[in-house]
Amino acid sequence: MPEANKKKSVAVPPASPPPAALGKTNAGSEVTRRSFFSWLSIGWIAFVAATGGFFTMMLRFFYPNVLFEPVQTFRAGYPEDYQVGEVDLRWKGKYGTWVVRESEGIYALSTVCTHLGCTPNWLSAEQKFKCPCHGSGFRKTGINFEGPAPRPLERFRIVLADDGQIIVDKTKKFQQEKGQWVDPEAFLKV
Amino acid sequence: MSEKKGLLKRLAEGQVWTSIFRGGGVPKSRRQRMMVILNSVFLHLHPVRLPKHAVKLKFTWCMGGLSFFLFLILTISGILLMFYYRPTIEYAYVDIIDLAEQVPFGIMREIHRWGAHAMVITVWLHMFRVFMTGSYKPPREFNWAVGVILLLLTLLLSFTGYLLPWDQLAIWAITVGSNMARATPFLGSEGPGAALLAIGDINFVTMASDVRFALIGGRFLGEATLLRFYVLHCIGLPFIIMIFMAVHFWRIRKDGGISTPM
Repeated sequence: MPEANKKKSVAVPPASPPPAALGKTNAGSEVTRRSFFSWLSIGWIAFVAATGGFFTMMLRFFYPNVLFEPVQTFRAGYPEDYQVGEVDLRWKGKYGTWVVRESEGIYALSTVCTHLGCTPNWLSAEQKFKCPCHGSGFRKTGINFEGPAPRPLERFRIVLADDGQIIVDKTKKFQQEKGQWVDPEAFLKV
Repeated sequence: MSEKKGLLKRLAEGQVWTSIFRGGGVPKSRRQRMMVILNSVFLHLHPVRLPKHAVKLKFTWCMGGLSFFLFLILTISGILLMFYYRPTIEYAYVDIIDLAEQVPFGIMREIHRWGAHAMVITVWLHMFRVFMTGSYKPPREFNWAVGVILLLLTLLLSFTGYLLPWDQLAIWAITVGSNMARATPFLGSEGPGAALLAIGDINFVTMASDVRFALIGGRFLGEATLLRFYVLHCIGLPFIIMIFMAVHFWRIRKDGGISTPM
């Protein structure tokens, strides 16, 4: 009977003997070499799983569910709020965006330098963006022309909301070198 | 019969002394001196005996020892700075100014800063010396690997400490430095392979979920970055580097003592 129980561990015997942990040893609960190794492997698997689970928790811990940062998509007022030919600095600090109004339309430039990620300054006298870190220069369009920057500034998605306000969506970027500036959402015609 | 013993001798044979330092009083023989080293958790990391010619300054430059010395200086001065420095955007910069101008011994912050510069230099020179004397060769190849990890940890300590003054130099230096993490293969939002981990239009490795985010705690540098760097600088990295340092020193002894000139 004990032999049969050993093979079919799923089937619980009707009158199970008291657990070995209570200290009463009998022939049936003796630790065999085989059971020792199976318990050992179960123990190791449980240990590895618990450790792995904990390390996964540790990794996830570094990605909070709420970010206390300015939102990625914001309303930037009406097209009439912007002067033609001007680089508007009002969203630079909070949203990292320059809004540029030209006679045909409006585009939103990212303030992140394409060299190493500093924030350039708009020099209106020289009509260029100049990065203070390593001297990269960009035209008003965002095209790089001096310094180490390898590619133009990125543009953000810019569309009109139903109420006529401008919406700048930073989650969608348009890169000139990939030919994406011709996308209708990269340039808001007004 | 009853000789009058000196105070030092009575101390050395008393219960207090002998319970702390095993080996029976003042070491007299070479064996007893060896036991003093082996029975101390701190000293046993160090070789029991050094060959005279191995500690020639010309050969070792003492760069390993100086690195450790500077580490101790940095630990002590760093703990002192922690009593005044608050890692928030509001206070970090003014607390540094305060430490220099108002807190007694304003030089403490300079000791920490210059000590950090010096440690980076001595660690590099130590590596250079070990390379030039061939001390990385078997049986010391594992300790060389441990040393490379220690070098990396030293640089990371330097990098994380760089941000804490929260001045323009710090912010832009860490902006530039952490942008490197964007290019990590698969784990960085602009790294090779990051675009593969996407379903349709939805990218899984973005600026808010890549390895750079874990480092700086946001899409851009901010309050979270300062706090993360502070914790890493004061607790996380020193904890890890001390474990590796213990292994590094202990392995010198285990690998046959300090390497000697051929």
